[in-house]
Amino acid sequence: MDPKMAADQAVVTPHAHPPRRDTGWRLFVRTVVGRAYPRVIAQQRERSWMFFEIFLPLVAVSAYVLVYRAIGAPEDYVGFVVVGGAMTAFWMNVLWTMSSQLYWEKESGNLALYIMSPANLMAVLLGMAAGGWLATSLRALVIILVGSLLFQVRYTVDSFGLLLAVFGLSMVALYGLGMMTASLFLLLSREAWHLANLAQEPVFFISGFYFPIRSFNFWIALSASLIPLTLGLDAMRQLVFASGPSLGFLSVPVEAAILAGLCVVFLTGARLMLAHMEKLAIREGRLTEARR
Amino acid sequence: MVEPLAIETRKLGRVYKIRGTEKKSGSRRAVKQEEPRLRVALQDVDIQVGQGELFGLLGPNGAGKTTLIKILTTLLAPTTGSAFVAGYDVTRQTDQVRACINMVSGGESSGYGLLTVRENLWMFSQFYGMPSHYANQRIDELLQVVTLADRANTKSSDLSTGLRQKMNIVRGFLTDPQVLFMDEPTLGLDVGASRDVRRFIRRWVDEHTDRTVLLTTHYMVEADELCDRVAIINQGRVLACDTPGNLKRSLQEEAIFRLEVSPLNGAGAASFQSLPGVNKVVHHSRDGRSELELILEDEAALAGVVNQLTSQDVRILNLEKREPTLEDVFVELVGRSMEEVEGGSEDGG
Repeated sequence: MDPKMAADQAVVTPHAHPPRRDTGWRLFVRTVVGRAYPRVIAQQRERSWMFFEIFLPLVAVSAYVLVYRAIGAPEDYVGFVVVGGAMTAFWMNVLWTMSSQLYWEKESGNLALYIMSPANLMAVLLGMAAGGWLATSLRALVIILVGSLLFQVRYTVDSFGLLLAVFGLSMVALYGLGMMTASLFLLLSREAWHLANLAQEPVFFISGFYFPIRSFNFWIALSASLIPLTLGLDAMRQLVFASGPSLGFLSVPVEAAILAGLCVVFLTGARLMLAHMEKLAIREGRLTEARR
Repeated sequence: MVEPLAIETRKLGRVYKIRGTEKKSGSRRAVKQEEPRLRVALQDVDIQVGQGELFGLLGPNGAGKTTLIKILTTLLAPTTGSAFVAGYDVTRQTDQVRACINMVSGGESSGYGLLTVRENLWMFSQFYGMPSHYANQRIDELLQVVTLADRANTKSSDLSTGLRQKMNIVRGFLTDPQVLFMDEPTLGLDVGASRDVRRFIRRWVDEHTDRTVLLTTHYMVEADELCDRVAIINQGRVLACDTPGNLKRSLQEEAIFRLEVSPLNGAGAASFQSLPGVNKVVHHSRDGRSELELILEDEAALAGVVNQLTSQDVRILNLEKREPTLEDVFVELVGRSMEEVEGGSEDGG
């Protein structure tokens, strides 16, 4: 710094009447927007996602499509795979940038700054979720568009409203799960990386990303339904493909009701886990310790 | 110290449980059980910092400075005692405390590398409810002050350590907190940048009577140059608390000498401690020479030291009488230099 220049500036003091700072719900909204911003902007600055999150899922989709066509499976299966491939982007996002995120925030020293700020930690998590969802939606949309054009998928949508409602419920429940596991992963500390790795592929399989979940035994399918994408994907397939209802696991209204229940459970769980994590962090002092 | 108080601690203590490797045999089946060790990080700390003060906590690594800051910033619960910031209890009124504080740590890597300096600062301002237009205005002004304005649109991952620390400092000042905590703010900065940061902190405090800074450092010069009052802390206890001038004056009646002599072994150095009139001796070996820092009751005691050196066949290469520094105060209080204490310390505080 040029000391002379710095000394000549008389701007250390803020203006005589600085505007009032927001508190309450306004602060909550500001925090959500503030924390969502890096997620959205990162998409424009880090272009490698185009390869990892669009090209690679499309390769996996293509492999399944070729297999289904080779064995003469019904044409709607191709559509199932394309929709499933698009939804993998959300699962990857939740796993790697929601569940593991508080751990990385701790390592970088951000977590301590979040905790000691007036912002609500739920708003910070919600911001991560909102930003992540926005950025991922674009990726999912690209996969759907490219996959549909490439493999000439035919959709039969009766009710766009219902489709949007099911999609919305799936997303809230899914990101609620991510918000809840963020605190859990943090408490497990160094295992976060391994946990995320461990959860990735099995969930692709058990949630029926590339085939109807009905192919499983009822109880296995029901257990898999704890992951919101399982029922969300199944319900959406029933709503957009002609043969969807005949291949569905449960009826759409039942699946929507279960998803709504999962939303409540996961969001409440996220709040409780976060409060527990903060309490533990303050009691033991280890969780906010950043590496120097 | 000035009333009203910005920070107050009463008999504050903190004990950490460390999951160690210490094992004890259990029942008849001789089951080995891990026994958590206890480490006292703070003990009976009583500090009062007045509004408008720039207060320094001076101590070696592991002394308990960071632990104290963590408690005052609501990041850590005390084990015993109580603490108040801006009149609010840090354990019971965390929301009120958080609304009026901020913190900057040396060497921190907060923010997101993909965001620019301006974007990172804006993001943090949102967590304090600052309207965007005002936040952006303040960011511009403060970046100008720390001469980082030309890097406002640089990604923070592309900044050097020094520039990154300037960004962190702007983040701390951006919300114009009532009480600002600075934990080793000049850590990793070069001499020039450290001097500028110190000047900036001083100006910020001086411009408003209701602004308070609590700064931890293990740099004596920093504490001496910057702080209105200094608390010397070691092994979790506050050993002395006064203005730098008063602390140094407490040694004014004593004579302080620095001797450079031909190589001397540790036992030889220890033998000076028992000489009449010698209060403290600190021995360093550097570049094949020995350095003795002597705190003597009066100048007359130097004769005994010189005689002892001569009898050991040790040559005096340089002899210098000097004014007391905070380092001497620390040696007087602890019995060892800060460097020696840090050499024996295992972890940060």
